[in-house]
Amino acid sequence: MLANTLLLALREIRRNVLRSFLTILGIVIGVAAVIIMVTIGSGATAQVTEQIASLGSNLLMVRVGQHMGPGQTAAAPPFDLDDAQAILRDIPYIAAVAPSSSQRLTAVYGNANWSTTANGIDNEFFTVRNWTVKSGRQFLETELRAGKALCVIGATVAKELFGDQDPIGSSIRLGNFSCQVIGVLEAKGQSTFGSDQDDLVLVPLRTFQRRIAGNQDISLIQVSVAEGRSTDKAKSDIEELLRTRRHITGTENDNFQVRDMKEITRMLTGTTQILTTLLGAVAAVSLLVGGIGIMNIMLVSVTERTREIGIRLAIGALEREVLLQFLVEAVVLSSFGGVIGILLAVTGSLGLARLLKIPFIFNPGIMVIAFLFSAAVGIIFGFFPAKKAARLDPIDALRHE
Amino acid sequence: MADSAKTGQKPLVELQGVSKIYGSGTAAMQALRGVDLRIDEGEFVAVMGPSGSGKSTCMNILGCLDTPSEGRYLFRNVEVGSLTRNERALLRRHHLGFVFQGFNLLNRTSALENVELPLIYRGIKGPERHSRASRALAAVGLSGWEHHTPGELSGGQQQRVAIARAIVTEPDVLLADEPTGNLDTARSLEIMELLTSFNRNQGITIIMVTHEQDMARFARRVVHFRDGLVAEDQINGEAR
Repeated sequence: MLANTLLLALREIRRNVLRSFLTILGIVIGVAAVIIMVTIGSGATAQVTEQIASLGSNLLMVRVGQHMGPGQTAAAPPFDLDDAQAILRDIPYIAAVAPSSSQRLTAVYGNANWSTTANGIDNEFFTVRNWTVKSGRQFLETELRAGKALCVIGATVAKELFGDQDPIGSSIRLGNFSCQVIGVLEAKGQSTFGSDQDDLVLVPLRTFQRRIAGNQDISLIQVSVAEGRSTDKAKSDIEELLRTRRHITGTENDNFQVRDMKEITRMLTGTTQILTTLLGAVAAVSLLVGGIGIMNIMLVSVTERTREIGIRLAIGALEREVLLQFLVEAVVLSSFGGVIGILLAVTGSLGLARLLKIPFIFNPGIMVIAFLFSAAVGIIFGFFPAKKAARLDPIDALRHE
Repeated sequence: MADSAKTGQKPLVELQGVSKIYGSGTAAMQALRGVDLRIDEGEFVAVMGPSGSGKSTCMNILGCLDTPSEGRYLFRNVEVGSLTRNERALLRRHHLGFVFQGFNLLNRTSALENVELPLIYRGIKGPERHSRASRALAAVGLSGWEHHTPGELSGGQQQRVAIARAIVTEPDVLLADEPTGNLDTARSLEIMELLTSFNRNQGITIIMVTHEQDMARFARRVVHFRDGLVAEDQINGEAR
């Protein structure tokens, strides 16, 4: 009986190519959308985690202000160079500290100008942030101490100001003082936040304080903890030290924050996970819309096929045979659509992953879920109208136009 | 031929005091008012009457598509009124063939597949099903048209496909509801000759509703309905 029903169902599908195609299309789009969104989302999360891990897990970021929420900080007095030196001096297992300060300004060379961020740094900055100089050189200790008008520029700044020219030795103007380019950094590309990491100019901290900021402030101290020592311990030691230095007592809240990479990882992966969920939700809506499409076509086709059902019943088909035929049709169409959707999704997300330079993560769970959902929609909405139709009086069904 | 021996011997279908009421209360409509009718194996009966006389209702009951409100309908001495919906479907599948005024073929489906349909429900496998369907199409003169869809066939050809579909299972009774109602005279006469030959040569009992005197002439017995009752029941001596 099942073989016969399969034969009937396949003949029905074949004789209504357009209707079958439309049914399949809804499922294909729904399944593919969900799978692609989730795959890309988890790929992005994996990439963030990987990037942060490559930064080193022994890095602590000490910033002014209190963390209020994403991107929000309350105003607080800045650090100065002594704070950075105190951390290095008073806490024994700190390998390096890299105090820095930054400000947005416009860099000008000839007719070209480019809005970028100037960072006042010392050479530790290169170590803790894994920056390497592609051409030219880093600052000399004497240049740092003397606060010379020299700079190392990022790849983006080099491209925007100099194009194909070699920038080494040329002078650029930063705000209202000019300095000589002595090096260009190796390109790093986009950060996990989506900002361009190569869009920066590095100048000696002293130069920055005197010529750009006009004060002694330090906004960020990056601390590298000695290999094999606990970052948690370092974090609480730094907090204690800074509370003392900043005269924060008792239950008063810190007006600075010490972050380790674990926290940043958590924060960033949290963000991408929210993004994945969001994308997934949007895709789920498209799956739902696809489902409604299937439902529509199934409902319409059953109504349209009432006369056919009447013919079958008059010829001697049993109610359950008619039903089973519709069910098999729905299952065949939905499965076919689901398989095409999965194939499309795999190709699509492989391509997208390559385009966006994120890893492709194969997620069989979501494929199964998307497939089952669309199959269920196809079957349920194919089944109930068919059940109603199969119950019809054959005479009434035959008269139906 | 053998038909003279068959006629009048074994009752095939028998209506005993059959009434049919549609609706209820003041809206109730009595389509049949106690019809008695017996048709034996091998007969060719034309059912005539004005519209609303109850002839279509009677056909639906004889075709096991509908059940009587009162009275008994015996098919080979089996009371159809007591059968379930599924049992009636199986009775149609194994013993009845239908031809409708509107042909009622499946659209976009080849003639061969249309004729195969009742065989599929009977569970007849591929090669046998194929050859039986081809033979049935040949019997109605449609050899070579197997792969045409109803849309590519004329009305007369479509009705012949429908007849092939009805006789492919070699039914006991062929029920035809105004089979020539949508056809011109020449096509109608062809169809009637086809039906007559199946009745004579294969002994298939035919019950046909028609309102055309010309078509009723082919039948050997003509039953007239009026106001839900059999008004006249006569043997047609000049049947061809």
